[in-house]
Amino acid sequence: MLRDGQDIMGSLKSRQRLLPYLFISPFFILFAIFGLYPIGYSVYISFFRWGLTGPSEFMGLRNYGLLFTTDPFFLKSLLNTLILLVTGSLLQHFFAIPLAILLNNQKLKFRHLFRATYFLPFITSTVSIVIIFTQLFDHNFGWINHVLTTLFGIEPIKWFSDPPAIKGALSIMLNWKYIGWNTIIYLAGLQNISPNYYEAARIDGAGTLRQHISITLPLLLPIIFFTITLSIIGGMQIVDEVFVLLGGFEGLGGPQNAGLTTAFYLLYTAFSAGRLGKGAAIAWLLFVVIILMTLINRLVTSRLENR
Amino acid sequence: MNKVLRRQKLTKKYSSRFLIYLILFLFVFIFAFPFYYVFVLSSLDDSEIFTSPPRLFFGTHILENWRILFEQINFGRNFLNSVGIATLSTLFTIFFCTLGGYAFAKYSFKGKKILFTFVLTTLAIPPFLNIIPFFRMMVAFGWYNTWLPLIVPGVANAFGIFLMTQFIGRAVPDEMLEAARIDGFGELGILFRIVFPLAAPGISVLGTITFIGSWNNFLGALILLPKIERTTIPVALSSLRSQSGGGFGAIYIGTALALLPLIIVFLSFSKKIINDFARGSIKG
Repeated sequence: MLRDGQDIMGSLKSRQRLLPYLFISPFFILFAIFGLYPIGYSVYISFFRWGLTGPSEFMGLRNYGLLFTTDPFFLKSLLNTLILLVTGSLLQHFFAIPLAILLNNQKLKFRHLFRATYFLPFITSTVSIVIIFTQLFDHNFGWINHVLTTLFGIEPIKWFSDPPAIKGALSIMLNWKYIGWNTIIYLAGLQNISPNYYEAARIDGAGTLRQHISITLPLLLPIIFFTITLSIIGGMQIVDEVFVLLGGFEGLGGPQNAGLTTAFYLLYTAFSAGRLGKGAAIAWLLFVVIILMTLINRLVTSRLENR
Repeated sequence: MNKVLRRQKLTKKYSSRFLIYLILFLFVFIFAFPFYYVFVLSSLDDSEIFTSPPRLFFGTHILENWRILFEQINFGRNFLNSVGIATLSTLFTIFFCTLGGYAFAKYSFKGKKILFTFVLTTLAIPPFLNIIPFFRMMVAFGWYNTWLPLIVPGVANAFGIFLMTQFIGRAVPDEMLEAARIDGFGELGILFRIVFPLAAPGISVLGTITFIGSWNNFLGALILLPKIERTTIPVALSSLRSQSGGGFGAIYIGTALALLPLIIVFLSFSKKIINDFARGSIKG
């Protein structure tokens, strides 16, 4: 009798010991099949000339090398991506931090309205945003040119055909979508800063701007590092905006490829031109560039922290 | 003299406060106007859309545009596809991520720390890195042009497990689990009768994030589910926009419909979501 009972307890115990592994197993099974395996496979593919039907020729590292030598688009796409990273993804922090400082005030009215509205663009589908902005940017019938012409006397801008303007249009959309999101994150960070810091500075006679430069920004630095990291990772992968605004894969980023980003070129190469091997090589190069950019961010941040 | 100084100070105070509100409301206008404008556009016919100066107020063609969208373009099926994919993704994600989160938060087992760190590390892998072989796999599985590649791979995702681990760790007291075990609840009974109910607020956050992410997913559907009658709203809209020689008002209704669930979800959750989003990301 007793022994039976112990056995039951024992097997229950061992079943209990296995239970947590069972609960977390879906992640590891799915990750092995849909994450790890294809990632490993993409290294393999990148060494071959590989069409939609399969491999045809071993290339070694030539898929990588050719991108830097004879490929007409790769370097241009990298340059475009870096330009858009600055004008589209990094610029927004110069709006988001001051906005968060303005919002970080207990006595402010309409706080919830501000926060809700600022957040809205972030959860909106990119395709919808681009379709609406296509109308707003329209050369003859869009609000943006209308306002620029009537209020500021500026010649109507050709947002979809003038290469610098194309980058401008993409940047405006990116800023519109992400400024509010960053503002909300900075606001959460600001709320953790003790008011005592400012009290002391005020007694020392520091003005508002001075206080923010010498107190707010240094204390916000870890969060700035975090948001900039997100901006870099996101900004290096821009595809949707380019696809919808500039005529799909065939558009190749519009006139003079002004909007051709590296992530877009990757997908174009693989899924429109059907060159999977070369596409995989682009993916790995892009990955390396992203890692380099985040390392630079890390370096700059720790320099600033130690100052 | 003193009076004048004080008045100057007061004026300065009020004018700076006015300036703050002016700036904040200017951005409210910038962020909200496109949403308002798409509803205006969906009530106009083509000649009213392409007119100068552009229209600011509603027109009268909304029913006509609605009919074009649903009768000629057959947009209803794309709407249902989006609803179906987003709903299934959300339900399965909630289930599997709550399971995983519960295990990491409340069980002690060998290798837990390493396994959890591993889960978090996978968050750093950008999706473009595996998209090409993934596409080939989906073709080989016979999953190409089905809903499956947009649902299955993400149901036990690292972000969701992390979120639920954090949440269950805080929301489910250990004593309550102990008490339930002493009362003779089985482990699965505990899971369904205690953990899921107590984790409900966290589940609603994860559910919202998952639904919105799935609803907005463009690239995945574009590459893996391009067939127009099977695909989702964003892909359908993008292909309509590029082919269209007219019927723009109808496309704008579609665009507005693509926003509608988000706006509803957002309004019902707004305060909480914003707080949780912001808090979660700083911890992350």
